[in-house]
Amino acid sequence: MNDSLSAVTVRITGHDGDEIEAYLARPQGEERRGGVVVIHHMPGYDRATKEIARRFAELGYDAICPNLYFREAPGAAPDDAAAVARASGGVPDERLLGDVAGAAAHLRALPSSNGRVGVIGYCSGGRQSVLAACNLDMDAAVDCYGAFVTGNPPEGFPLQVVNLVDQLPRLRTPLLGLFGTEDKFPGPEQVAELEQILTANGKDFEFHSYEGAGHAFFSVDRPSYNVAAANDGWERIAAFYAKHLGA
Amino acid sequence: MCTYTTVKDAMDGSAKGPGGAWFHVSDVTVYFDHPVHAMAEHTLNIDFADPSKGPSARVALELTAESARRLVAAIQEALAAVPAELTA
Repeated sequence: MNDSLSAVTVRITGHDGDEIEAYLARPQGEERRGGVVVIHHMPGYDRATKEIARRFAELGYDAICPNLYFREAPGAAPDDAAAVARASGGVPDERLLGDVAGAAAHLRALPSSNGRVGVIGYCSGGRQSVLAACNLDMDAAVDCYGAFVTGNPPEGFPLQVVNLVDQLPRLRTPLLGLFGTEDKFPGPEQVAELEQILTANGKDFEFHSYEGAGHAFFSVDRPSYNVAAANDGWERIAAFYAKHLGA
Repeated sequence: MCTYTTVKDAMDGSAKGPGGAWFHVSDVTVYFDHPVHAMAEHTLNIDFADPSKGPSARVALELTAESARRLVAAIQEALAAVPAELTA
């Protein structure tokens, strides 16, 4: 197995034709392969998320992570950029879709692309991954503990977040959902509601909920990291993308 | 869990920020969510910032809920201990 890879910062065309920054990690070699758009969590375009992009390259995919906070804070430290984005109300759904579409187009334009591109997101990015899978030309989607796919944000909620219940009937791709049973957003009842809606609409999905794991169990640099859940989750993701992206 | 809950307000004061330089604080953002650095699943986070000076003009605090409550009490105690005309 060849695990050589390269990772670089690139500029891509995002929503509204805006040029935004993105992190692109690619396996060495010319063989055709699928691509993965990595949507970072609410704390931003940080080191841990770039590690995830490199891991997808190691798994054999061209992976790209757009900096969703680039407009608010170009060149800023990830934590400062996340603070600015939060203070300004978060990333609007329409802009997110434009940025993910731009990232997917960038992957499909690579000479190594087999034309198939998946999306994965963590935390707020989990919801955004489902949003992308309902509205864009993607081939597979992974939702890692995204809140407010179902369920309602609390009263007086300052960020521009609505649930995706009305959009789920047009989910276009197979969906892998990875959740922790100790999580509150999304809690088990919200995951159950999502499962029920997808079943009622005849969608192709696969969910795994890990006992004892809370929110953000993939975060290797946070106390929420859960080794057993993260290890199994990575195996599920690898199998899911191998099936749908044809690595 | 991601609470996303965010409270914003205007401020007038100063903070010592990046590079040891003082800057005028015009905004505060308060939220209970995942910390960047503190070893806790959730913390009460406070960003003192001056958006006109860019994203790095920020002093960030990540406090456990108990610490945040003690901070509120300490601030109220300190304000209550001085003559009202000084804090009007």
